[in-house]
Amino acid sequence: MGKTLFDKVWDAHVVNSVQNGPQVLYIDKHLIHEVTSPQAFNELEARGIPVFRPNQIVATADHNTPTLNQDLPIKDELSRKQLEQLSENCAKNGITLYELGHKYNGIVHVMAPELGITQPGMTMVCGDSHTSTHGAFGTIAFGIGTSQVAQVFASQCLLLTKPKSLRVTVNGKLKNGVLPKDVILYIISKLGTNSGTGYFCEYAGDVFENMSMEGRMTVCNMSIEMGARGGMIAPDDTTFEYVKGRKFAPQGKDLDKKVTYWKTLPTDADAVFDKEYVFDAEDIEPMVTYGTNPGMGIKISETIPVDDNASFKKSLEYMNFAAGESLINKPINFVFIGSCTNSRIEDFRVAANFIKGKQKADNVTAWLVPGSKQVEAQIIEEGLKGIFENAGFELRQPGCSACLAMNDDKIPQGEYCVSTSNRNFEGRQGQGSRTILASPLVAAATAVAGKIVDVTKDIETLEIVSH
Amino acid sequence: MLDKIKNINKKISALAGSSMEKFTTLTSRAIPLAIENVDTDQIIPARFLKTTDKQGFGDNVFRDWRFDKHGSINKNFSLNNPKYSGSILVAGDNFGCGSSREHAAWALIGYGFEVIVSSFFADIFKGNALNNGLLPVQVSEGFLKTLLETVEAHPETNIEVNLENQTISIANSDVSESFDIDTYKKTCMINGYGDIDYLLSKKEQIEAFEAEQTL
Repeated sequence: MGKTLFDKVWDAHVVNSVQNGPQVLYIDKHLIHEVTSPQAFNELEARGIPVFRPNQIVATADHNTPTLNQDLPIKDELSRKQLEQLSENCAKNGITLYELGHKYNGIVHVMAPELGITQPGMTMVCGDSHTSTHGAFGTIAFGIGTSQVAQVFASQCLLLTKPKSLRVTVNGKLKNGVLPKDVILYIISKLGTNSGTGYFCEYAGDVFENMSMEGRMTVCNMSIEMGARGGMIAPDDTTFEYVKGRKFAPQGKDLDKKVTYWKTLPTDADAVFDKEYVFDAEDIEPMVTYGTNPGMGIKISETIPVDDNASFKKSLEYMNFAAGESLINKPINFVFIGSCTNSRIEDFRVAANFIKGKQKADNVTAWLVPGSKQVEAQIIEEGLKGIFENAGFELRQPGCSACLAMNDDKIPQGEYCVSTSNRNFEGRQGQGSRTILASPLVAAATAVAGKIVDVTKDIETLEIVSH
Repeated sequence: MLDKIKNINKKISALAGSSMEKFTTLTSRAIPLAIENVDTDQIIPARFLKTTDKQGFGDNVFRDWRFDKHGSINKNFSLNNPKYSGSILVAGDNFGCGSSREHAAWALIGYGFEVIVSSFFADIFKGNALNNGLLPVQVSEGFLKTLLETVEAHPETNIEVNLENQTISIANSDVSESFDIDTYKKTCMINGYGDIDYLLSKKEQIEAFEAEQTL
């Protein structure tokens, strides 16, 4: 029987197996940030265990950083200390850190791919559930807890039970105005938030084959929102072209050797998955969520379903939405374009294309938060900054920002935010905030209209975002 | 009450050190939380993740469900209901979904929980719980329903969890169910071992693996 992409990468990293138990999996790259690493460093220090392979660890500050005045000392004392702790820990252990203000600083899942740290066939971990993003390169990448961060520090390995395999295939041609974010929100709305638990997911079919690396990262990023520890897409020429020439990418003959190996990774034709789902691209439309988990999504033209389940009702009550109603024309006062899901250059190009020559509605506060310093620089270089500013949008400095609202970027109590982030949990964007997940296009259109609008009805939009 | 305080102190010392608390059996009352898809943002909101140690998270467990926006106690929330007590939390389906923050496990332990019962657990949360000596017990939907109804109707009911036999039972009744747990993880829980000790013992093999890599 043939092997899956996942099998091939996994099997190449197994060091050892515990009898009737988990396997010892070797980890190629370990990404760390300020929030989930300090307790792991403390544990190692308390036990006198050195960091085993500091050269395979890369650190950034992203979760708890301000998106304004990054050159000034951080006002919040706890946040400042957390960042100082990261700097100290990295210096003490010889770990490369792209700290706040560094030209390579950014959200961990944006900066690692753009620096060529993420490469096909690798195993990668980070104390962050959206590490699944890196699966876009044909990488086994998944989020871990802080105890596991300490384990990787100590041994560059983890004890893991091999997950089951799941494949989601989407064939056909996406309609105009349907973006990678819509594809993944659609899949999660069909499969639910726990369908992937215990599985690693592979996305296959021409929709993903025809997607840019940025789009593939958006899709893989949200694998965890259906419970899957990770999601992967087979590496192909699009992948190799993206990796080639990046700062930490292999070069010359090394690259040729790697590409030859990477080409052997795609799933064999006779491989069998534990679970398979197939969807039709034609059925996907721009999506919005109406509830308090990412599985509660509908096509923007649909109405909220009716369900008697108590948790479902509690969710609608929190959102102050009624079963059976449409979200079209709901007034929205906050729009956030950012997060590790949608803060790459392509996302800002989509937004800028739509916004160009328009004005944001008076009632809307619109935050645009690039995923990294490099994305920020590119926004300026491509002249997008002027478009945003002329339209009344606020371009901020890079970081996780209002996706999890650890910093000051909080959505006020009771307010709706149309957000390109990944979680619409209660209070995720600030106490009492109400999140509606959507693509950068839907978010931009909302900011301009001051309410949710059906972008599929906007002919101009469809011309702009054509494939 | 004194027992509970002692127990919490014991747990806190386990969190502060490196060795994991051992777990064999537990008989305790339970607190019901009949909500599905409880995510780790609810267990411990992000604004409390700014500290760099493992202490103090228990004070803020389920913060925005336990308190309203003005900081007043939400009397309708089961953790605030004086009729419920105990170190077992019985929660709805898909508990612990969302963020990988281990702070969620530390918060539940800090509050005094030793066992979480649900019909389904999210992967990362389950691993984090096990790595901290907090036992996730996955039961059938039917058993969960019975358990929730029993605890809600008779809060004084004791629940017995036996890790050795892998059973969960309602005391003084014949209502019982067996649960699955990875054999390796079970051994770790019973003996208080952590994965890090095992991995450190494999250093030579790990180095040999590294030496074999040609690409």
